[in-house]
Amino acid sequence: MLAFNFFGATEGGLFDINATLPLMAIQVVALTYILNSLFFKPVGNVVEKREKFVSNNIIEAKNKLSEVKKLEADLLTQLQSARTEAQRIVSEAENESDKLYKEALELANNEANASKEKARLEIESQTSAARDQLYKQADDLSELIVNRLILEK
Amino acid sequence: MFFNSLLTNFAALEVGQHLYWQIGNIRLHGQVFLTSWILLGALLVFISLGTKKMENDPKGLQNLLEFLWDYIRDLSRTQIGEKVYRDWMPFIGTLFLFVFVSNWGGALIPWRLIKLPSGELGAPTADINTTIALALLVSLSYFYAGLSNKGWRYFEYYVHPTPIMLPFKILEDFTKPLSLSFRLFGNILADELVVGVLVFLVPLILPIPVMFLGLFTSAIQALIFATLAAYYIGEAVEEHH
Repeated sequence: MLAFNFFGATEGGLFDINATLPLMAIQVVALTYILNSLFFKPVGNVVEKREKFVSNNIIEAKNKLSEVKKLEADLLTQLQSARTEAQRIVSEAENESDKLYKEALELANNEANASKEKARLEIESQTSAARDQLYKQADDLSELIVNRLILEK
Repeated sequence: MFFNSLLTNFAALEVGQHLYWQIGNIRLHGQVFLTSWILLGALLVFISLGTKKMENDPKGLQNLLEFLWDYIRDLSRTQIGEKVYRDWMPFIGTLFLFVFVSNWGGALIPWRLIKLPSGELGAPTADINTTIALALLVSLSYFYAGLSNKGWRYFEYYVHPTPIMLPFKILEDFTKPLSLSFRLFGNILADELVVGVLVFLVPLILPIPVMFLGLFTSAIQALIFATLAAYYIGEAVEEHH
């Protein structure tokens, strides 16, 4: 029953506290320093270097992305302005050609009207000339007829 | 009598027997140091193998060690806080690794095969000296952490919400190491005893689930010990407003 001498044993027992305690404490402190230089420092350096590398890369990628987005927006506005410019030029040209067409049309109309008028005047003058001639001839004939009739008598 | 025979069986487990080393006037529990040296040696060999060739793309052991490092960092960072966790991470990590390696080493290695003149090899954490040593180190650490971070203002913590708390906070300084050491000691010793008794009574199959439970308990105890140590340090360095 010596094994069941849990408490207050001079020799053995579960709660036999002796110099094992401070020596174990010293051993754990020493282990802390050993593990710090063998494990925590080197692994920490590697992991933190990698974390820095990754976060730097992420920041860089984000910057590049924002730059790309800015350029894209820039290009889009440029495209937009070019498009409106083109539209303006096209509509200007359309107006211009419209004006030219109208001008030409008017010019042609005027010319046609003028030549029509000229022709009408000519026709009119020729008609009156012919009529005058006809009248004259009729007068001549009538005079001739009168003369003949008078002379025969 | 059944009860009496059970006691005799218990006695066959050699509970509370030690291998005494006598150095001058002081007496040591030799089996505790033997197992701790074997286990810590294995741990150090494992770690030096893993950190021998550190690369940016971790392979093999380095991966495992980095996982472990990250785990310990998360544990100390959540408990101690962003500001001072770096100072205490090695200590918390050492506590975790020491307790974990001791518990699992005690449970996994068939120490019974090695015969000692007195006592038997087992988990170093199943000895009250080891657990009290660890718990006292934790106590010293949180006092040191509090005093070095806040100076004499550390003692504001004792009267923090109201001065009524003073006796309870003083009592806590005693109950903290007591609960830390006895929790670990009791869990690991109980696990060893249960497995020992079961192996003695039914040597086949039946002890296996209990052994698995023991492994689970061992890991949990290591985590609890490290977490509580970190929590106490975090509590000591925390700024009250």
